[in-house]
Amino acid sequence: MSGPPDDRAAFERRTVNQVAIAFTISALASVGLAVTYWQGGQNQVEGVLLAIALGGIGYGFVVVARRLLPQGPYTEERDVLPSTDEMVTDFETDLERGEGWLARRGFLLKMLGVAGGALGLAALFPIRSLGPNPGRSLFQTKWGKGSRVVDEQGDPVRVSTLDVGGVLTVFPEGSLEVEDSQVILIRVSDENLVTKKGREDWAPEGYVAYSKVCVHAGCPVGLYQQDVKELLCPCHQSTFDVLDAARPIFGPATRSLPQLPLMIDDDGFLRSQSDFDEPIGPGFWNRDR
Amino acid sequence: MSRRRRMVLPQVARWIDNRLGASRVARTTLNKVFPDHWSFMLGEIALYCFVILLLTGVYLTFFFVPGSKEVTYNGSYGPLQGVEMSQAFESTLRISFDVRAGLVMRQIHHWAALVFIAAIIAHLMRIFFTGAFRRPREINWMIGVSLLVLAIANGFTGYSLPDDLLSGTGLRIAYSVVLSVPVVGTWIAFLIFGGDFPGTEIITRFFVIHILIVPAAIAVLLVAHLAILVRQKHTQFAGKGRTNTNVVGARLWPTFTAKTLGLFFLVFAVLAALGGLAQINPVWIWGPFEPAAVSAGSQPDWYVGWLEGSLRLFPEWETRLFGFEIPNPFYSGVLIPSVTFGALYAWPFLEARMTKDYAEHHILDRPRDRPVRTGIGVAVLTFFVLLFLAGGNDVLAARFDISVNQITWALRIAVLTLPFLAFLLTYRLCRELQARERAEPPAVAVLERGREGGFTEVEPTTTR
Repeated sequence: MSGPPDDRAAFERRTVNQVAIAFTISALASVGLAVTYWQGGQNQVEGVLLAIALGGIGYGFVVVARRLLPQGPYTEERDVLPSTDEMVTDFETDLERGEGWLARRGFLLKMLGVAGGALGLAALFPIRSLGPNPGRSLFQTKWGKGSRVVDEQGDPVRVSTLDVGGVLTVFPEGSLEVEDSQVILIRVSDENLVTKKGREDWAPEGYVAYSKVCVHAGCPVGLYQQDVKELLCPCHQSTFDVLDAARPIFGPATRSLPQLPLMIDDDGFLRSQSDFDEPIGPGFWNRDR
Repeated sequence: MSRRRRMVLPQVARWIDNRLGASRVARTTLNKVFPDHWSFMLGEIALYCFVILLLTGVYLTFFFVPGSKEVTYNGSYGPLQGVEMSQAFESTLRISFDVRAGLVMRQIHHWAALVFIAAIIAHLMRIFFTGAFRRPREINWMIGVSLLVLAIANGFTGYSLPDDLLSGTGLRIAYSVVLSVPVVGTWIAFLIFGGDFPGTEIITRFFVIHILIVPAAIAVLLVAHLAILVRQKHTQFAGKGRTNTNVVGARLWPTFTAKTLGLFFLVFAVLAALGGLAQINPVWIWGPFEPAAVSAGSQPDWYVGWLEGSLRLFPEWETRLFGFEIPNPFYSGVLIPSVTFGALYAWPFLEARMTKDYAEHHILDRPRDRPVRTGIGVAVLTFFVLLFLAGGNDVLAARFDISVNQITWALRIAVLTLPFLAFLLTYRLCRELQARERAEPPAVAVLERGREGGFTEVEPTTTR
C-alpha cells in the first residue's frame, strides 16, 4: 500500500485491468452457458462454464478486496456483555411486576396449566394418524400353510429348478416383492437336510430356505458362498452357516436367520409347511413376547 | 451536482433512514471488524453451501415427484426403458436426462451437501481446538452442534428421496435402528414409515422434512448463530494490539464484503465444476429400489460413514431382560451417536468445570497451549476416522486383498486402543512444542518492502 504515488497508480491500473478481464471472461462464459442450454445442454460443459462464470466474479471480488480496498488493521472495542448491576436490578423489578400478579393468582395459573396441558395432549392424538398400531404385524409374514414358492418373476419353483449349489430369491405365491416375505432358497445337496434337531423334514431334497431379511439391520442377505456354505450380508458382513440352521458365525448379527419349513407337493412344486416359527428380521423390544 | 447525483447509495440510505432511523445501527454494522485468519472462512463456506443448496434445491423441487406410486419408465435413458419404478425414481431420472440443466443442478446440489457438512465439521474443529466455545460463546456452540445434527439429518433425507437401490438400503437400516429403541421402537418406526417397511409414505414424508422442516430450522438457527456472533463479536488469535477487549481486522464495508462475496462465488464455482465434471450418485446405475436386492460395496454418503462403521464393528451383543430385548443396533446406531452429540453439547460446560475457568475469553488458544483438550480432540477424531474406515471395510478388504473378518477385527481393536495412543502422542507433541518455544523465543526480524517490491531486513525498533 505504501510507495510513491506513480507506482501506486500503476499498480492500481494493473489490478483494475486484471479484474476487468476476469469479469469479461465470466460474462463470456455466461453467454456460452446460454448457448449450451439452447443447443440442448451438456452436463460437463454446463458445469465448466458455470464454474468459469462464477469463478471470474469471485476472483475479481477477491483481488479488489486484497489489493485495492483499505486493509486496516482496524480496531474495534468490545462491548462489555453482562449488563450493569443496576440494569439487572431494574429489569428484575419490572419482571416481578408480572410475577407478583401471577403469584397472587395461583389458582388461575394452575387452571391455565391444566388447559394448556390438555390442549397439548389433544394435539398429540393426530400423530396417531401417521401409522397403524404395530400389533402383531412384525410377527408374521405372507407365508402360510402350503404357500407355493415362486421366484422373482412369479414362476413356481419345482424340485428340478435348482441344481445342487444353486441359489434363488423366492416369495410366497401372490406376494411378490413383499419385503418381509423374501426368502433365500439354496439347494445344498440332493438329499434331505437336517439343519437342527426338530427340523428333520424342513429341507427336503436338499432345498433349504431362510428369511432373506438380515436379523441385524434388515438388509437382504444376498451373498451365498458356495464353497463354505455361508450366507453373507453385504451391508454389515454378518455371516451365517447354512448347514447349521443359519447360525451367525461372524459380524454383528446375534441370532440365526429364521428357517422356512419346506415340503414338496405331489406335483413336484415347493411349498411352505407354515409361516416362520419366529419373527423375521431385526430385533425389537417385544420380539420374544 | 452531477457528482452528488451519481451517489445512489446515500440517497437510498437517506430514504430508508427517514422511515426507520437506522443510520446509527447501519453505521456500526458497516464498521464491524472481522479478524483476518484463514480458519475463519470455514464457517463462511458452510453458510454459502447452504445458500447454494437452497438455490439448486428449489430448482429440483420443480421437477421432483415425491411419490411411491409405481410407474413404467419411458424416458430417454435406454437401459431402464420399460422398468417399473416409483414416481420418485422416475422423476429423478427425468431430472438427470430430460430436464435441461437438471443433472448439473442435481449434482451441484449433492456435492454442495457433502461440502456443507465437511465445512461445518471443519468449522467445529477450529472452534474446538482454539477454545472459541468458552464463555461467552457456549450458546452459539450449542446452536452450532444443532446445525450439524440438522445438516446430517437433511443430508440423509435428501439421499433417500430418489428411491434408488442404494438409498432404499439406507432406509432399511434406518428403520431397523429405529425399531431397536427399547419400549417404543416399533411404534416410532410405524409412525415414521406409516407401517411396515417400506410402505408407501416415507418418500413423501421425507420430502416435506427435507425441503421444508429441516431447512427452515437450519435457517432460523443460522440467523441466531450469526446474530449472536455479531453481538459477541469475533474471537481472535493473540497478536500485536489484540486484547481480550478489542477486535482487530478488516471492516465489514467495503473490504470484508468484497472478500466474502468473492468467497461465495468461488465456493459456488468449485461446486459447479464438481457438479459438471465429477459424477455423483448415478442412480440410474444402481436402479430402482427393490426390497430383495442389494450389492456389496454399498456405502452411504461420507457423513453417515461413521454410523455405518459403528454398525459394522459392534460385536454381536444384545440385551435380554424379563423377556424383553434391546437389539444390537440400539447400541451401535442409537447409543453411540447419542453419546457423541450429547458430549458435544456438554463440552463447554464440562471443560469449564474441569479447568475451573469460568472467565470470558475472546483471545483464542493455540492448540499446543492446551495439550489435554487438543489430545482429547485428536483422540475423538481418531475414533471417528476409524469408524469411518470400518464403514468401508468391504471396500478396504477388496482393495488390499485381505479378508473382511481380519479387517473388522483389526479395526475393533484399533478403535479401542488407537484413540488413547493418539491422546498420548498429541499431548507429548504439544508439550514438546511448548518446551521448544520456551527454550528459544521466536527470533524477531523486521522486513521492509522496498520500491522494487523486494524485502530487506532492518534493525527491529522497539516502538510501533
